[in-house]
Amino acid sequence: MDIHEYQAKKILSSFGVTIPRGGIVYSPENAENKAREIGGSKWVAKAQIHSGARGKAGGIIVCNSPLEVAQATDKLLGKKLVTNQTGPEGKIVNRIYIEEATDIEKELYLGLVFDRSSESIMIVASTEGGMSVEEISKEKPETIIRSKIEVAVGIQSFQARELAFGLGIEPALISRVSDTIIGCYKAFSELDATMVEVNPLVISKQKQILALDCKMSFDNNAMFRRSQVSELRDKTQEETKEVYASDRGLNYVSLDGNIGNIINGAGLAMASMDMIKLAGGSPANFLDVGGGATPEKIVKAFKLITMDDKVRVILVNIFAGINRCDWVAEGIVQALEKIEVKVPLVIRLAGTNVEKGNDILKKSKIKYIEAKTLEDAANKAVKALGK
Amino acid sequence: MAVIIDKNSKIIIQGFTGKMGTFHADEMIKYGSNVVGGVTPGKGGTKHLDRPVFNTVKAAVNETGATASILFVPPAFAADSAMEAADAGIKTCVAIVDGIPSHDMIKIKRYMRRYTKSGKMTLVGPNCAGIISPGKSMLGIMPGHIYKEGRVGIISRSGTLGYEAAQQLKNLNIGVSTSVGIGGDPINGSSFRDIIEKFETDEETDAILMIGEIGGPQEVAAGHFAKENMKKPVIAYIAGLTAPKGRVMGHAGAIVSAYGESAIEKVEILKECGITISKNPSVMGDTVKSVLDKN
Repeated sequence: MDIHEYQAKKILSSFGVTIPRGGIVYSPENAENKAREIGGSKWVAKAQIHSGARGKAGGIIVCNSPLEVAQATDKLLGKKLVTNQTGPEGKIVNRIYIEEATDIEKELYLGLVFDRSSESIMIVASTEGGMSVEEISKEKPETIIRSKIEVAVGIQSFQARELAFGLGIEPALISRVSDTIIGCYKAFSELDATMVEVNPLVISKQKQILALDCKMSFDNNAMFRRSQVSELRDKTQEETKEVYASDRGLNYVSLDGNIGNIINGAGLAMASMDMIKLAGGSPANFLDVGGGATPEKIVKAFKLITMDDKVRVILVNIFAGINRCDWVAEGIVQALEKIEVKVPLVIRLAGTNVEKGNDILKKSKIKYIEAKTLEDAANKAVKALGK
Repeated sequence: MAVIIDKNSKIIIQGFTGKMGTFHADEMIKYGSNVVGGVTPGKGGTKHLDRPVFNTVKAAVNETGATASILFVPPAFAADSAMEAADAGIKTCVAIVDGIPSHDMIKIKRYMRRYTKSGKMTLVGPNCAGIISPGKSMLGIMPGHIYKEGRVGIISRSGTLGYEAAQQLKNLNIGVSTSVGIGGDPINGSSFRDIIEKFETDEETDAILMIGEIGGPQEVAAGHFAKENMKKPVIAYIAGLTAPKGRVMGHAGAIVSAYGESAIEKVEILKECGITISKNPSVMGDTVKSVLDKN
């Protein structure tokens, strides 16, 4: 789960990371007052969406008066921002973060992620803040320093110090940079985060160490014990169909193609998408109804797929194990009694009681194309597009 | 004896009396697995499915001599249960449960570092289908009848894609020595490398089919291990050629976030390691067959 910049800043600040003064606003009037409240003579209005690269997309505006802050807020609110991370449909701006402007002397990069090879938390830092970590690793890989933190004992002061010295920080500021690194680590480990990124972490002309932009992501599997984090979820930043799916226990990812998929198991779902591509088609979605493929889940899956206007063929591929094909077939029949499907339907059942399952489908009133293998299913789905 | 489990493996069910535990314990017993009891804290001293229930794993091990366990406990309690199994001297533990926080998985693995290599429990999963040695024992939730007895080892992150492979092999009259589902999470108890190493020394396995997917370094690590250390042929399929970058594809671990984690990159690296690639998921069985025919 992702959260907004201002939410991440609030969290990190509670772990001892210094952030510029700022506040969230929902209207231009609100923004003008907020600017006066923060004080100073220069502000930044920052559109809050779940994406990086907002600056290039026009989502960050520097302002020289409270009136300009109000104007910038008016301009950004309700707008859809398209960045290189949002996809062409963009993301809606509903909240603006007003922040005092910072006189930047130096920009640094600081990121924390799970390292799956060493099964530890990896801290990545670079002197080239402001660029994305991908750009840094491509253009200035020599500036990247890393430190693996043993999670059983947590971060040690010397590790934070080594990173700070590695970044070439002047001696007077070492302890404050170390504290920032330690604060980020603690937030990561204590809140079940999967990613913390402060980019840039800046040294201001006044020699303050400030987290100027922050991103945090969290482990969805840990939300049962992180109610304060899960409350920060903003569904307006997620794709409508994906929200519908996640609220109903389905694993769904929206894609660009036109063949809709209903499949049980994530691996089989990816494999079916691959087969569609090899057959010359293009999947409209990834959808895993779960290994069990219960009739209720199948009904929900049909509802979801038929919401998608792009879909011109639906491919159902279920490998029934313990749950049996006859049971799955009954689920499909029930689903299609409730939901009207106007596009061609290809069904491939495999596994336990496959003959019984196919019999049930044949005897029902459903119009469908039967497929035997994964390859057969993909070929028939692509062929059905032409009809 | 088969790799990891065999006919004599004494199995206990953790989370025995719950709905999932009961259903799958019953399936395992019907398959012929030697289920000797189970654990549900607070229900010790009672009987379930004609077998004794214990309060703790230690008590279960002391009374029954169990060496293997399978977890059907909710995600919030799974890490605790896995560590309890390790502490009680269980040798093989399968965690079926989907949804264990990554921080908890790391905790389990650090906890297990206290044991010497020979004394360490093999943890398989989480978020997996478990282990089956056809005709001998099933420590998992797979449909046992789709597996024919034979000499091919299967390792798969995905449950249903592993079933698909077993079915394709069976249709070609090829059997399986052992199939291990290592699970779809970012941090697993056992990796591809851990399991192919076991298959290399297994007298009942001639070839290994490895079914991977996008995300993580595991397939590549196994490829390098195979190149350096293995004589038996390895066949691989990697799912997710069409998966977009940076998105989680159902499995928590199926996300491309670094170089070498996409399906295309993995396939290239595995080829360089001398591994035969199944070019699509429909020909996993055929690819294994062609390799077996050559050897």
